[in-house]
Amino acid sequence: MTASSLAEFTRRFSRHGGAVLGAAILFAITMLAVFGPLLYPESPWRMVQKPFLPPMMTDGFLFGTDTLGRNIAAGLVHGARVSLLIGLASTAAALVVGVTTGAVAGFFGGRVDDVLMRFTELFQTIPNFALAIVLVAILQPSTDSIVLAIAIVSWPPIARLVRSEFLSLRSREFVQASIVQGQSSFQIIFTQILPNALPPVIVMASLMVATAVLLESSLSFMGLGDPNTMSWGYMIGAGRTVIRQAWWISFFPGIAILLTVLSINLVGEGLNDALNPRLSRRTR
Amino acid sequence: MHRLHFLGIRLIKAVLVLFAIVVLNFFLIRAAPGDPAMVLAGEAGAADEIFIAQLRERFGLDRPVHEQLFFYVRQVASLDLGFSYRQQAPVLTLILERLPATLLLTLAAFLISMALGVLLGVLSARRVGTWADSLITLVALIFYATPLFWLALMAIILFSVQLEWLPAFGMRSISQDLTGLAYVADVASHLVLPALTLGLFFMAVYARLTRASMLEVAGMDFVKTARAKGLSPGRVTRDHVLRNALLPVVTLAGIQAGHLVGGAVLTETVFAWPGIGRLMFEALLQRDYNLLLGVFVVASAMVLLFNIITDLAYTFIDPRIEAG
Repeated sequence: MTASSLAEFTRRFSRHGGAVLGAAILFAITMLAVFGPLLYPESPWRMVQKPFLPPMMTDGFLFGTDTLGRNIAAGLVHGARVSLLIGLASTAAALVVGVTTGAVAGFFGGRVDDVLMRFTELFQTIPNFALAIVLVAILQPSTDSIVLAIAIVSWPPIARLVRSEFLSLRSREFVQASIVQGQSSFQIIFTQILPNALPPVIVMASLMVATAVLLESSLSFMGLGDPNTMSWGYMIGAGRTVIRQAWWISFFPGIAILLTVLSINLVGEGLNDALNPRLSRRTR
Repeated sequence: MHRLHFLGIRLIKAVLVLFAIVVLNFFLIRAAPGDPAMVLAGEAGAADEIFIAQLRERFGLDRPVHEQLFFYVRQVASLDLGFSYRQQAPVLTLILERLPATLLLTLAAFLISMALGVLLGVLSARRVGTWADSLITLVALIFYATPLFWLALMAIILFSVQLEWLPAFGMRSISQDLTGLAYVADVASHLVLPALTLGLFFMAVYARLTRASMLEVAGMDFVKTARAKGLSPGRVTRDHVLRNALLPVVTLAGIQAGHLVGGAVLTETVFAWPGIGRLMFEALLQRDYNLLLGVFVVASAMVLLFNIITDLAYTFIDPRIEAG
């Protein structure tokens, strides 16, 4: 990206007030995820105080303690790391599958396209949360199986988007010229078409991170989180049975999820305005 | 295209997709930890030897894989999803017992989300740029980002624990033996919180789309023509803008069907609503993989059915498609 197009991008992005706010919140959460564990170097699983300590009553326990006397603030900070990492990793994995499928289908067309699109439709029809539950339960809950399951249920929209971009770009002159020059399909896909198809893909991918964070928290709420890592969904699930006596155990992790997902969505909308000015009025 | 012809094609497609899901299920059973016979029997170690031997015989588990697949598909096609050893009942029976509750919940949530979502979207689009528009947009953004299971818990704290307005768990009051209208009212009061929780997320989805779609259609030429003809603004909005703006909303409703079922799993888990989502959670707790996969197949079939219904609805709304 050149300096002037970067300036243009920044101008368009910052015209969207919500996007700037979202970016600020997301930056804060990311900092917390990266450096927060330095503030709470101990394992968030350790029991450090009396159980059921209400929030803002004891120094050092801003958000109180849970049923076993674990520090909720420590859990929130360590959970941020898990949520963001799983959100990014599963989106990256979904992008690999989705972009490859969509690119091959859109570029080659014909029967290849038919087969790949039927396959994509199949995965789009299967209820995705139910499939994710089944996959994680069968592969056994771990960070890897969760990332894999979220990627498997979220690649189809990317494939469809990339395919439609490829279909329209394929017939353009610069692509036809590369074909005439005798460039290989592989070369044309990656050096000619894909870079031009990227803007809408980036927007969709950013929104997918938000969905992935929600999916991860839902899975760990259902008891399908990695048993070795503290996550927001797990914290809410653990506080569920004592919700009548201790609302704060479930309340704060939920706010954390809400803020994270909301900020990613806002950034996604800002990116949409900045990268696809043609479409911006439609989605806002 | 003739509507019946269209319906026929959709049904054939749905059967093919269902077949693919059953095949996927077969491989998932084999991927589950432990002996497939143990998986089919429910919780590993819980089943006795004779039962395991029967299962091996019935599913041909000593034969090559393709024969096993054939056995499995034949079994499912004859509506046999196996037996839950843990719950001492056929899987299909367990699911069918729970299905009405899920249908009631998802239908109620769907109607709430559609009605509120379209209403808010229309309001927002008609008052573009005003504070009402901003408020609706903000509310939609927040509900769109709220984890459903958390919203459910907060609703319980507020409306059941603090205000004591509505019951927090189950589908009916156990202590009373109600009949007639009193029974309906009892179930309805139990339905309010789960249906609202599940509906609010989708309301946000439909509100955003309706707003965007209304604004897009409102700028089109045929709308200008309708205005120029002297139609009242109300009629233009209702008969011309809304009817066309609803098309993408209906398409999205079909796409969202799978998410609705997924949301029902979470909602039913929190509210102890006795549907197939709750059954799925119980199967998870008991590591009853066969029951889990059975629910998965039935949930997929439900989504397929819903997709066909939305496709049909589309043919009724789209002015360009008329019955042949």
